[in-house]
Amino acid sequence: MPIVHSETANQSQSIQQQLSHADGTPTLLVRDLNYVYPDGHKALGNISLDIKKGEKIALVGPNGAGKSTLILNLNGILKGEGAIEVAGLAVEKQNMPVVRALVGLVFQNPDDQLFSPTVFEDVAFGPLHMGLPEAEINKRVQKALTQVGMSDYVQRQPYHLSMGEKKRIAIATVLAMHPKILILDEPSSGLDPRSRRQLINLLHDLHLTMLVSTHDMLMVRDLFPRMVIMDQGRVVADGPTEVLFDDVTLLEAHGLERPQC
Amino acid sequence: MQTSTFDRYQSGDSPIHHLDPRVKVIITVLFILSNALIPDGVWLGFFLALMLVLVITGWAGLTWSFALKRSLIVLPFTLAAVTIIFSMPGSPLGIIQIGPWALIPTDTGLIRFISIMFRSLLSVQMAILLTATTPFPDLIHAFRHLRLPQPLVATLSFMYRYLFVLSDETTRLLRARRARSASLPGKQSGGPLLWRAGVAGNMVGQLFLRSLERGDRVYQAMLARGYTGHLYTLNPHIMQRQDWLFAGLASAYLLFIQVVCRIALFY
Repeated sequence: MPIVHSETANQSQSIQQQLSHADGTPTLLVRDLNYVYPDGHKALGNISLDIKKGEKIALVGPNGAGKSTLILNLNGILKGEGAIEVAGLAVEKQNMPVVRALVGLVFQNPDDQLFSPTVFEDVAFGPLHMGLPEAEINKRVQKALTQVGMSDYVQRQPYHLSMGEKKRIAIATVLAMHPKILILDEPSSGLDPRSRRQLINLLHDLHLTMLVSTHDMLMVRDLFPRMVIMDQGRVVADGPTEVLFDDVTLLEAHGLERPQC
Repeated sequence: MQTSTFDRYQSGDSPIHHLDPRVKVIITVLFILSNALIPDGVWLGFFLALMLVLVITGWAGLTWSFALKRSLIVLPFTLAAVTIIFSMPGSPLGIIQIGPWALIPTDTGLIRFISIMFRSLLSVQMAILLTATTPFPDLIHAFRHLRLPQPLVATLSFMYRYLFVLSDETTRLLRARRARSASLPGKQSGGPLLWRAGVAGNMVGQLFLRSLERGDRVYQAMLARGYTGHLYTLNPHIMQRQDWLFAGLASAYLLFIQVVCRIALFY
């Protein structure tokens, strides 16, 4: 049986309390967000975005449009100017531990996301840092791995897995934190058709608010009723996917294609 | 993917494999300490230490020469101690003439040199057994729970995790170079040595930059999941009766070796 280090136990209560205060709408609110990289390159300009509870949204746009920068701002890893609120909680320094539990961020490269020696430790990393008790952590790890269909992989080593398996485990690592919103950076890149299909089914079956940055227009059509198009650090369109897909001029102007078939 | 390149773990189902990793780490460290304390030239002590290595090897279900063969890798390093043969005061064993220089080996020097070699070989053998019977993640757990400094353990853990990634990246770089290292018929392939050295240097630089950037991304991924500078861990190990038993017996045996050595010194 696992033992939790004693120093983690005292954190749990305060986070739980704050989480219960954090129930509110919208799930994500961004107002006039600007971000300039340290080298002076302006990456985001006046981004505003509202995401309601339960919405599944695609974030599309050409390479270098600022999608990843925006995503890193949403849980305070990068700090731009403007207001961001997650479930009514401002993304500010003092709220950071809670915000990071609320925003489940899955990075593009699972080798960056999975940094522990075993799958169990990787999935337990988030809950452990939230200061949850040991029984709860075990429960969450099991549940998260079951959700992504990887429950037999608990003691495996992340490096020895296939790309599709790594991606699903990367998603489990944030599911175990019970986030209010799941943010994925290009989840279907580098996957073979079967793994991609499994991933799409997985995302379809997860009843969570979701913001997914992607170039996979077929996946956008299948999964996401709402689409946000970014280009050159700005939101250039935001609306129902069906409607935006009919606007071929808009798509072409931003290097996108309407999915065929 | 070269999974077995770095992994020294030999999967097995022996009593040694099932021991608590903390016990194995502690006994290994004690064993190395004990070797260091065996006086020069007390061959019986080294023999008793070797017995322990062999017994554990047998118990772990490995062939008896397993640790011995792998420990030979340290031989070149022990050669650093070779000067002791000539620098220790003692009765001379003869003269080795090398050009204008004469080297005089002494008996105490030779005994000390051989003792040092035994000490390092034996110590390395036990460390080899430790890594061969303990999966690396378990070793890291053990270090963590033995209160080894956090940054050290974290560094080890990341090293293990990314060694594979790094070696893959190197393989990709080398492959990319090979793919473009063409030659025209009748002409010698590859530029002058200096140019080639430059290319190799650039590749090393590339590798460094990529590692640096990966380090940044990994850190961000850790931050995103609530990392604040402390690493926490769950420990799936609890000391069982056989763990205590093994720890007790092994320590007693090490103590026995020391006592025998002290007694042997009198004769």
